Amino acid sequence: MRYIPVTPDDREKMLKACRASKTEDLFSAIPEDVRLNRPLDLPKAMTEMELVRYMEAMASQNKTTDDHICFLGAGAYDHYIPSVIGHMLSRQEFFTAYTPYQPEISQGTLQAIFEYQTMICELTGMDVSNASMYDGASALGEAAGIVSISSRTRKDIVVLDSINPEYLEVVHTYLKFKGINMIKLSEKELLKYDLSHVSGVCVQYPTFYGTISDMDTIGKYIKESGAELIVCANPTALAILESPADFGADFVVGEGQPLGMPMAFGGPYLGFFACRKEHMRQMPGRIVGKTADSVGNIAYVLTLQAREQHIRRERATSNICSNEALCALTATIYLSITGKEGFKEVASRCMDNAHYTYRELIKTGKFEAVSKTPFFHEFVVKPKADIKKLNKYLFDNGFIGGLETDKGWLVAVTEKRTKDEIDAFVRKAGEFND
Amino acid sequence: MKFTKDHEWIKKEGSVAYVGITDYAQQQLGDIVYVEMAEENMVLQKGDVLCAVESVKTAAEVYMPVSGRVLQGNSELEDAPEKVNESPYEAYLAKIAYDDESEFDELMTEDEYTEFVESEAK
Amino acid sequence: MTSKLIFELSKVGKNAFSLPESKIPKTKLNEKYMRKEDAELPLVSEVDVVRHFTQISQHNFGVDQGFYPLGSCTMKYNPKVNEDIAKLRGFTNIHPYQDPKTVQGALKLMYDLEQYLCEITGMSGATLQPAAGAHGEMTGIMIIKAYHQSRNDMKRTKIIVPDSAHGTNPASAAEAGYDIAEVKSNDQGLVDCDALEAMMDDETAGFMLTNPNTLGLFESNIRKIAKIVHKKGGLLYYDGANLNAIMGIARPFDMGFDVVHCNLHKTMSTPHGGGGPGSGPVCVKKELVPFLPVPVVSKKQDEYFLDYERPLSIGKVKAFYSNFLVTVKALSYILSMGPDGLKAASEGAVLNANYIMQGVRRSFIIPYDRYCMHEFVLSGDRQKEKNGVTTLDMAKRLLDYGYHPPTIYFPHIVHEGMMIEPTETESKETLDEFIDALNKIADEAETDPDLLKTAPHTTYIKRPDEVGAARNPVLRWKKE
Repeated sequence: MRYIPVTPDDREKMLKACRASKTEDLFSAIPEDVRLNRPLDLPKAMTEMELVRYMEAMASQNKTTDDHICFLGAGAYDHYIPSVIGHMLSRQEFFTAYTPYQPEISQGTLQAIFEYQTMICELTGMDVSNASMYDGASALGEAAGIVSISSRTRKDIVVLDSINPEYLEVVHTYLKFKGINMIKLSEKELLKYDLSHVSGVCVQYPTFYGTISDMDTIGKYIKESGAELIVCANPTALAILESPADFGADFVVGEGQPLGMPMAFGGPYLGFFACRKEHMRQMPGRIVGKTADSVGNIAYVLTLQAREQHIRRERATSNICSNEALCALTATIYLSITGKEGFKEVASRCMDNAHYTYRELIKTGKFEAVSKTPFFHEFVVKPKADIKKLNKYLFDNGFIGGLETDKGWLVAVTEKRTKDEIDAFVRKAGEFND
Repeated sequence: MKFTKDHEWIKKEGSVAYVGITDYAQQQLGDIVYVEMAEENMVLQKGDVLCAVESVKTAAEVYMPVSGRVLQGNSELEDAPEKVNESPYEAYLAKIAYDDESEFDELMTEDEYTEFVESEAK
Repeated sequence: MTSKLIFELSKVGKNAFSLPESKIPKTKLNEKYMRKEDAELPLVSEVDVVRHFTQISQHNFGVDQGFYPLGSCTMKYNPKVNEDIAKLRGFTNIHPYQDPKTVQGALKLMYDLEQYLCEITGMSGATLQPAAGAHGEMTGIMIIKAYHQSRNDMKRTKIIVPDSAHGTNPASAAEAGYDIAEVKSNDQGLVDCDALEAMMDDETAGFMLTNPNTLGLFESNIRKIAKIVHKKGGLLYYDGANLNAIMGIARPFDMGFDVVHCNLHKTMSTPHGGGGPGSGPVCVKKELVPFLPVPVVSKKQDEYFLDYERPLSIGKVKAFYSNFLVTVKALSYILSMGPDGLKAASEGAVLNANYIMQGVRRSFIIPYDRYCMHEFVLSGDRQKEKNGVTTLDMAKRLLDYGYHPPTIYFPHIVHEGMMIEPTETESKETLDEFIDALNKIADEAETDPDLLKTAPHTTYIKRPDEVGAARNPVLRWKKE
């Protein structure tokens, strides 16, 4: 019991102080008929050596992106993670600390989150950001719910069919239990749809298929109808693509995993949530604000807490308590390291690589173009071969191929990919015949 | 001025009335940081939620002492919510047009309210 | 003197990042798609970044530094080997959409953890999808709703919670579309069964309860409570925040609970990270398994796969499958402790809490004066009455003694409450020192109340102006 420092000797003394003769006495409030009268049926305790061996064996059963070059995105991206991040995150002051409810000894976490909030505002063009949500999908679900509930006259939520299907499923789950109607439309249908009974429209930017929609037109249509525009954005794209503030976004949420977090089989990730000033008090979760202490030092505190569950309870804007604080810190460090210029370079390189890959795939003659819409770092092509078989072939040759979607093969190319890797990928993909 | 068990006060002025919270209420809440304004033209029954008042650690709902329609919230409180702490009987929260004058008879007088607060405090 | 913001260290010409040169031609999109103004991100060198984050980290306080007796949070020690295991590239460098055949290790990990959590709670099926306790609560209540709806029982519109419930309970039930009703605790600090029976009807979907409850007391009448709820067709929800008191000793299923959530960042030792990430798996009894979110990690012969064929599933509450790396740490913990270790942890947690309670009873009112479980609440009423010293003041004074203060003013049913949960990972020496500090502070409250009212004195910053922060929110830095 290497994590239990109380010795048998101590235990005796402590029991005596508690006027108990044995540990069992302390549990007298638990009635006999709910006792578990057998040991838990779990594997016997492992020593550290055994544990490491066991878990390493489990980990080695997974084929990783270390030896399979990744061309798969669809919501989780293989970006380069600068080494500084790991070192900063392993500081116990950051990762073993609790939620910063005691500001006097939490200025580290609080200041880092204040910086995070600032960076999210800068990227999204919004006025305010919160301290994080669980992930992009649940952030979108929460935003949709909040927009619908805040409106007194309009209740419905419209979602575009070009949103990540996992995200649509999560939004649907969040909305249906609240009794909110979710209407799925294509972009074309949206621009003809009567939005007068719709409280908010959710749009993914770039879309799940990697394309960049005509956001000026979409934004204008939505805003003119009086509905709220909820944009679910890829943060890397925001480094160089038009800011959502410029096409009328009211809320910008999204998945922060590309900002320094490993793909890690889906989590922990980072939901960011930002909005215009007038919606500030509807924001869910924790928010850090700047103030001063009693002797005039700058101080950061959790603020506007009266929105949250521990005060408003069932009338809170959300039930969120624990968030993804350490992941928000990760993003802050990532954006500090890549910085104003470097982050743009990452985004540009992703875009260059993706477009090069696209052109080369088309050149092989084995892939058909699917759309003429411009794209960022992901695109869809239609392979002549069966996608499952193509992906199996590619995997056996050291590549993770794109996702099979209803529109075709969704391929993502990040800044990590070299020209050699891309050329090899294209060659293999092009030579496959099923 | 009349009072409710939820520590609201109401003052009639002709066909309109002003609603606020009492000194006891503002003391209990502590420093008020935000007043969520009542929505104009809302038609509410006695006992419905009129608006909300927030301090750092609490949020409290303010209820309609009588039935009526909200004419306007006190816009002064948008930038200076602390006025409610400083002068709770002048810094009204909302101006309403009441429906039924007889509903005022159901409320407590100042003496009755003072007695009520004393017994609550025990 | 406080640290500059990272933005304030920016200077044109500084840089901390570069990409390799590339022969790939540049792509240019139409201007209309591009940003007009750059995002004002920092422009700093690597040294700046490292100094900055190192410096601000020193204004924090982690469990590795000192005692964190936060009631209801279970701030136990975070084993370092679990951190190393969670960094294994076999766990970090896998894409969630890889062919399941290529990630059998990850699927096995999830499957095994679900099995172990079911064994600990007595349940039959689990999901690791929720990313935090509150997320798990929402998921569990959605499962309850889906269950009732599947039986065409549409009239159940409310969930009952005790007046001592954690705020996430009613908030989560509201997220699932329910109204809330509160049942009072009796003067023993337990659920008033008569009041519950009077409230329980066929319009109630269920009752949410923590056991031991949020006062650290075991609801001895739990079987009776379960009967009351089940008799009227409702389901019983277990908030697993206090699971650290009963592992290997009692199980929620045996008490009559139908749905459970666990907090891996509490009971299972994964680090709090300054507020997250956590993980809030939900375990359910057999009849509720069909309603679990998709996909469900399943096993056929010796192969693991993700089962999406679940027509009764509530849907999804998060993209992908779980806060996976957090679950890696939790599994490692369970394997390190084993059945005996987990039971010893609970026994140790309960002993440590009772020991502190005995140590401070001379100074403070103990509202529920009997054996507590893994946490207990004291009241600062005596100090408030004497010299107007509040529990907040005493908590701030604890900072001067080098402790993270316990939870204060929760649950609201205790006046001037302070909730102390030491966990099992503290030595007797630490407990003795803490007891000493608390008693000293109680003495100070009599002899030098102003010292407490202006505490803390030795921390990096003094008491901040939270009123100002809320009245005039400044939520970001802006370039001049």
